[in-house]
Amino acid sequence: MVALSVNGKSYNVDVESDTPLLWVLRDTIGLTGTKYGCGIAQCGACTVHIDGVATRSCQVPVGTVGAKNITTIEALAQDGKLHAVQKAWLDLDVPQCGYCQSGMIMAAVSLLKQNPKPTDADIDAAMTNICRCGTYQRIRAAIHTAANA
Amino acid sequence: MTHMPKINRRSFIINVAAAGAGLTLGIKLPFATDEARAADVIRAADGSPEIDAWVVIRPDDTVVIRVARSEMGQGTMTGLAQLVAEELGCDWSKVTTEFPTPGQNVARKRVWGDFSTGGSHGIRDSHEYVRKGGAAARIMLIQAAAAAWNVPAAECTAANSVITHKASNRTVTFGKVAEAAAKLDPPKDIPLKDPKDWTIAGKPLKRLDTPDKIVGKTVFGIDTRMPGMLYAAISACPVFGGKLQSYDEASIQDMKGVKKVVKVGNNAVAVVADSWWRAKKALEAMTIAWDNGENAKVSSATIANFLKDGLEAEQAFVGNKAGDAKGALAGAAKVIEATYSYPYQNHAPLEPMNATALYKPDRCEVWCSTQNGEAALAATSEASGLPVAQCDVHKTFLGGGFGRRGQTDFVRQAVAIAKELPGTPVKLLWSREEDMTHCFYHPITQCKMTAGFDANKNLIALHMRVSGQSILATVFPGRMDKDGRDPVVFQGLNPGGPEGAFGYDIPNLLIDHAMRNPSVPAGFWRGVNTNHNAIYVETFMDQLAHEIGEDPLAFRLKYLKPKHAAVLKAVADKAGYGTPAPQGVYRGLAQIMGFGSYVAACAEVSVKDGQVKIHRIVGGTNSGHAANPELIARQVEGSFVYGLSAMMYGACTVRGGHIEQRNFDTYQVMRIDEMPKVEAIVMPDGEFWGGVGEPTIAVAAPAVLNAIAAATGKRIRNFPLKDNDLSAA
Repeated sequence: MVALSVNGKSYNVDVESDTPLLWVLRDTIGLTGTKYGCGIAQCGACTVHIDGVATRSCQVPVGTVGAKNITTIEALAQDGKLHAVQKAWLDLDVPQCGYCQSGMIMAAVSLLKQNPKPTDADIDAAMTNICRCGTYQRIRAAIHTAANA
Repeated sequence: MTHMPKINRRSFIINVAAAGAGLTLGIKLPFATDEARAADVIRAADGSPEIDAWVVIRPDDTVVIRVARSEMGQGTMTGLAQLVAEELGCDWSKVTTEFPTPGQNVARKRVWGDFSTGGSHGIRDSHEYVRKGGAAARIMLIQAAAAAWNVPAAECTAANSVITHKASNRTVTFGKVAEAAAKLDPPKDIPLKDPKDWTIAGKPLKRLDTPDKIVGKTVFGIDTRMPGMLYAAISACPVFGGKLQSYDEASIQDMKGVKKVVKVGNNAVAVVADSWWRAKKALEAMTIAWDNGENAKVSSATIANFLKDGLEAEQAFVGNKAGDAKGALAGAAKVIEATYSYPYQNHAPLEPMNATALYKPDRCEVWCSTQNGEAALAATSEASGLPVAQCDVHKTFLGGGFGRRGQTDFVRQAVAIAKELPGTPVKLLWSREEDMTHCFYHPITQCKMTAGFDANKNLIALHMRVSGQSILATVFPGRMDKDGRDPVVFQGLNPGGPEGAFGYDIPNLLIDHAMRNPSVPAGFWRGVNTNHNAIYVETFMDQLAHEIGEDPLAFRLKYLKPKHAAVLKAVADKAGYGTPAPQGVYRGLAQIMGFGSYVAACAEVSVKDGQVKIHRIVGGTNSGHAANPELIARQVEGSFVYGLSAMMYGACTVRGGHIEQRNFDTYQVMRIDEMPKVEAIVMPDGEFWGGVGEPTIAVAAPAVLNAIAAATGKRIRNFPLKDNDLSAA
């Protein structure tokens, strides 16, 4: 059994401690908003927040998380109110297929927390996730929109 | 929006099963209080009446529009809904959508037409009948209101989900007359609006699927969850055509969570466990022996030699011919030649292949991301051994498709596995490594271009010889012509026709194809054959202009047909072609006609210390009509990323008969730091209906390559770009 705090709720999950956090979130807890894309921390589709910091959950053994707080895309909106980044994503209609967008949004929220007014170069450096549909132009615009919201 | 009726999954399954049993009669579920009166009304799963197959209206005025095509990011779901809503005259804010199942479609004599979503056909092939679906429903709703008011239907109008009889100042909402309308006979004469009167269609409305996609709610195939579900990880022989020889099941049977090991077909083995991670770990721990067969000798070098032979082969399939190209070349004052090659590409949609199957002795159902629901249904039937009427496929949203999900290999595998565990749903998920090495790859080709000029620098002859792989030979051998030739190889090169006509009028022209099919399976990859055809034609035309000292735009315009020329001129104008570019920045052009649309691009590029920086691309498309210009602009932006990723980084190389690249570390793609500024010109001329998901992908690469040549003088003819050294240029 591994104890875990996800989106403000405590869980005890019956998995091996080396199981990647991604699969515990998706298959054990049932939070499928976090996606599998590569399993080697290349694509960023599995990005969640661990104590507020964007982290690729496919490379985090669940046994190493301990008491840290995990936040997934499902808990980003609070009290039915979208996060400013989600709002910008909605206003600019960023997603196409949408599969990478949970990870993109989590990465963008983390970036803005550390750097409230990122430049294009800051965005280039921080947003290393893959989008195969090619929504990058709108992602960049939406991050600037959220920064100015 | 919802893609399934708003009831829990358990009852949904039961309802669909019940519907399946009565499918020959349509979907008649026992919700109506007066069975006799409602006998002819077909109802959605929540009991709301279907006005016709495309439109369900709930009592609260919600309009449920049925979308037959798959939504994989291209926006077809929103665009098709706009076309239906336009003719229906409903309030757009009340629109939601659902995907009917392929099983329902078959049972209802294909009332929703084709489910296949590829070749940029989604809207251009179905716009007329979906608009008629909306218009017929409007006529029936008006008729029902007019009957209730006892006034002529001709005196009533419908807009914003409200029917109005002006003379008596009466109004009623769609929801109030839906029950009555659903009982009426559909009209025979269904006139459609003139597109210039559109208020919903043709407008840059927001996508219907965004709200769920930004909160993690959208259900993709990989997100399917069912009570008691097990998970499967699979490994197929890495060498194409190879077989499974043996596996050591005993070595993993004690591993935690492992439930079963299943041989899948003759070339794969799957481990089923209570979680995917446990299944994957056990699969990796199991010793598997492969019978690689003859193809283990195949490598990129053997394939290249095989194709090279085709460049000079006597025998080739002629796709486009005018005059006598070979004779004119023999007598030309100046002859220019160039040879090219284009590698295999993996689609690499971010959602790896997967399918969830539930097999019972009398019924088999599949939940999956598919571009072709009916093909997936047929695959389910074949793999389960059950008739189509006892099978169904539930389409989810797709985490990218790009052509890969038109195939059904993963569906067959999932059903084969589930068949060994009757009554238990099993989710088969491929690892990224499995996905990278078991694709239907973008076909590999080589090309030799030969051009001849007369003494006055007029281009009098062109011979284009493509040698390489046929997609149809792999995936649809039955669609090849009677002599075993594949006409699809000439996309963008055809003498005419609505799909992809060659743009240049050259008096002596020969475009032919020598088919060479290596062991690596080929498939439809976004843009398909236009990707390499556009690179070959457009970079060569650019080279010709430079070699005779003419401007590449002016040179092209001398030979281009009017519609091809118009979109090229539009992008050149917007990009400021002919005016000075910023310091160190060079421009390149390209055009093609593909998937029924005319497209062009003008790229701005700089090259410093061998590093290419793409600053800006103006992309233009004339798709005839535009169901939603913003959706099209997104396809332009996104297609450029896809096409440029392939040109700059993409190559699946072969060693020992298998693909060497196994994940995104070795199969690199563009990320945000390389994204140029894309400006899209959407310029429908109203004269035809063309596709938009794919055409522009083909012009990004040649426009950038021509800009690189302008900057460096170096012509890149073998791909990807990363394998070329520009540092000395």
